[in-house]
Amino acid sequence: MASSRTRVQHSGAADSAVIERVPIRTLTPAFQNVIKNPVMDVLMLSRIQFGATIAFHYIYPPLSIGLAVLLVIMEAAWLKTKNPVYHQMARFWTKVFALTFAIGVATGIVMEFEFGTNWATYSRFVGDVFGSALAAEGIFAFFLESGFLAVLMFGWDRVSRKMHFFATCMVCLGAHLSAVWIIVANSWMQTPAGYHIVGQGMHARAEITDFWQVVFNPSSMDRLFHTLCGAWQAGAFLVIGVGAWYVLKNKFTDFARASLRIGLIVALIASLLQLHSGDSSARGVAKNQPAKLAAFEGLYNTTSNAPLTLVGWVDEKNEKVIGLQWPGLLSWLVAHDTHATVTGLDAFPPTDRPPVEASFLFFHGMAAIGFALIGIAALGCFYLWRNVLFQKRWMLWILVFSALGPQIGNQLGWFAAEVGRQPWIVYGLLRTPEGLSAVVKANVVLTSLILFTVIYFLLFTVFIYLLNDKIRHGPDEADLTPAGKLALPTRPNT
Amino acid sequence: MNLGHLDLNTVWFVLVGALFTGYVMLDGFDLGIGTLHLFTKDDAERRTLLNAIGPVWDGNEVWLITGGGALFAAFPNVYATVFSGFYLAFILLLMALIFRAVSIEFRGKQPMRWWRQTWDIGFSAGSLVASLLIGVALGNIAWGIPIDERGEFAGTFPGLLKPYPLLLGVTTVALFMMHGAIYGALKTEGVLHDKLRRWAMRSILIFVICAATTTVATLFYVPHMTERVHANPWLFTIVLANMLAIANIPREFHHGRDWRAFLSSCAAMITLMALFGLNMYPNLVYSLPNPENSLTIYNAASSPKTLGIMLIIACIGMPLVIAYTVSIYWIFRGKVKLDRTSY
Repeated sequence: MASSRTRVQHSGAADSAVIERVPIRTLTPAFQNVIKNPVMDVLMLSRIQFGATIAFHYIYPPLSIGLAVLLVIMEAAWLKTKNPVYHQMARFWTKVFALTFAIGVATGIVMEFEFGTNWATYSRFVGDVFGSALAAEGIFAFFLESGFLAVLMFGWDRVSRKMHFFATCMVCLGAHLSAVWIIVANSWMQTPAGYHIVGQGMHARAEITDFWQVVFNPSSMDRLFHTLCGAWQAGAFLVIGVGAWYVLKNKFTDFARASLRIGLIVALIASLLQLHSGDSSARGVAKNQPAKLAAFEGLYNTTSNAPLTLVGWVDEKNEKVIGLQWPGLLSWLVAHDTHATVTGLDAFPPTDRPPVEASFLFFHGMAAIGFALIGIAALGCFYLWRNVLFQKRWMLWILVFSALGPQIGNQLGWFAAEVGRQPWIVYGLLRTPEGLSAVVKANVVLTSLILFTVIYFLLFTVFIYLLNDKIRHGPDEADLTPAGKLALPTRPNT
Repeated sequence: MNLGHLDLNTVWFVLVGALFTGYVMLDGFDLGIGTLHLFTKDDAERRTLLNAIGPVWDGNEVWLITGGGALFAAFPNVYATVFSGFYLAFILLLMALIFRAVSIEFRGKQPMRWWRQTWDIGFSAGSLVASLLIGVALGNIAWGIPIDERGEFAGTFPGLLKPYPLLLGVTTVALFMMHGAIYGALKTEGVLHDKLRRWAMRSILIFVICAATTTVATLFYVPHMTERVHANPWLFTIVLANMLAIANIPREFHHGRDWRAFLSSCAAMITLMALFGLNMYPNLVYSLPNPENSLTIYNAASSPKTLGIMLIIACIGMPLVIAYTVSIYWIFRGKVKLDRTSY
């Protein structure tokens, strides 16, 4: 991504300095090659490819997780109230869910393969720890999710209503479990725990000493909760956006109003939880990855009464932040004491610092979106409570576009988390260039990068086209009168 | 019997083998249906075929994902060497799997002819290429690939396209087509059912020719892949079981017992994978021309502690997985009926 470019193009000198400080591993020819060809080298291409494929993949799983929660709520509401509009909603959103799930699966396999194809040395180093989490994800999450997804999608007329609801709950559980294991794996890269290093040089690798310490490593639970809140927001705001659009267009009114009601309540809860989770995560970062926190805030000098930048940017050359700052707020957020000392980047040699400008912008962009979403959800709920929401057209337009908010926020947050971990691939243990595959050449990675770019562009176009088509077509009228096994003594819409 | 003592590494060799066997047995028929997809021109027939695998293909593919994860966890050096060594081949496999997956989902979303035609080709080509590449990869593992003393792949991409691996690739395509046609026959009725039975008979013929060629080629050119059966003649019963299973398919078809024909086909795949595993053991990747650099279940494995933890995970998880799989196949048993939730 942008950050990798700034980092890698630093010319050979900076990178060789990085490599000389390698704590465990020694140089292999591939890494020496990286230093000799600093422009479009295999490191940069591999980083762009991994960044691009994970960013594209990460559009879909949060939507699946969030929509799964809403599907559970909709089906529960249907079972409880017997109001067929909830059945109609569940049917409509199941189709959107299936679409996001299919692309999520297709782009997810890429991620599992890419550790081995592009980051083979990393894979050897972490396999003992990281591989276990991936395997657990497959066994505990994916089988559950994909199995019951069949019932969710095709089982409407084959199983009873309660069995269908159970299947929807299992899909939702599976989606959440997959988040658990992949966040555990990624958090271990941020804050490794429960391992020891065995072997020397090229044969060094991390081995598990305590499985539960790996699972509950210092950042995993904070980051899991933060990611899940983001996913719930993604699902809720999409439902809100579509509902608001229908109200504006005066179409499918009952469906739209019910969508807005459910969506706004979930969105407000998720956004407020996200605020709490963001605060807790940031304090975790301050404790476990101080260089990352310093980069997030552009804090070059260790200081007490550290300020929080509300709006601004980093002047990397002069090592200072330009913008509106609130003195002492960062200290207060980190330690609940405005006089607390916050570690700055000066505590780390330049070779151990993440790219400051990029980390700062990603982090602040994410935080700004987070606060905006709280405001939008709160205002929406307020208008809903006062029963004036459906008349406030400007608010409905904001709600339509708010569907993009969690998507952008999730992407920026993910960038901030991963760029902020640099120059490490496993924090404090293995540097990013050291993780590369030893036998993969730049031209091969360039080929795959071009292929991925073309295909993902095509997939995205088709996804947007089909989603748009689905939304324009709207919910099915026939779903208001469920037939077959679903038939219920219905009562008129309220 | 020369299988060594039953240690954790061997257990994981068997478990990873079982996951990949589950994959070829289950996703094998999805890929086979995909390869056969374009043989019918009729939209309703194509939809019926798609919906025959509709509720299950996703879960079937999870066997590959979990197999990959288990390989990563249990034998990280194999995962790293093979995935980085077969870089381009695996990227192509990914593309094929992506196209197959999204084509299934996208195809039915629009009624236009060109739209459906496009995703039909994506589905079929994706399935064909994926089957071929899986076979070629297995062929290379069997034949042996150059590995240096660091355990890294020392060959080239064109070097992976030797005749023997390509032959195994074609054999795999034929095997999956046979398996897919039998599964299709199980799930359809009427004209399409008869059509699928004809395709199944033809693909059995193609498969038997390919398999015979592969067997002869293995005997002549890949002696290390027959050593264990040579040394333990009683293992020849597996070869025999394999032949009987294949021969049984036309017989069951003749009696109209599609379900038993499908089970025979599964048995044929299990015995083939068992023979592959038995002859590879204890190697996971055979190194040619320097067999001493081969990646084995010992030099490529994770720590015993991790293998132990993973075994606990597998013991908890696999019964659940089998329970889900069985219940989904049970819920969606019987012939395919198109309705408005269908693809």
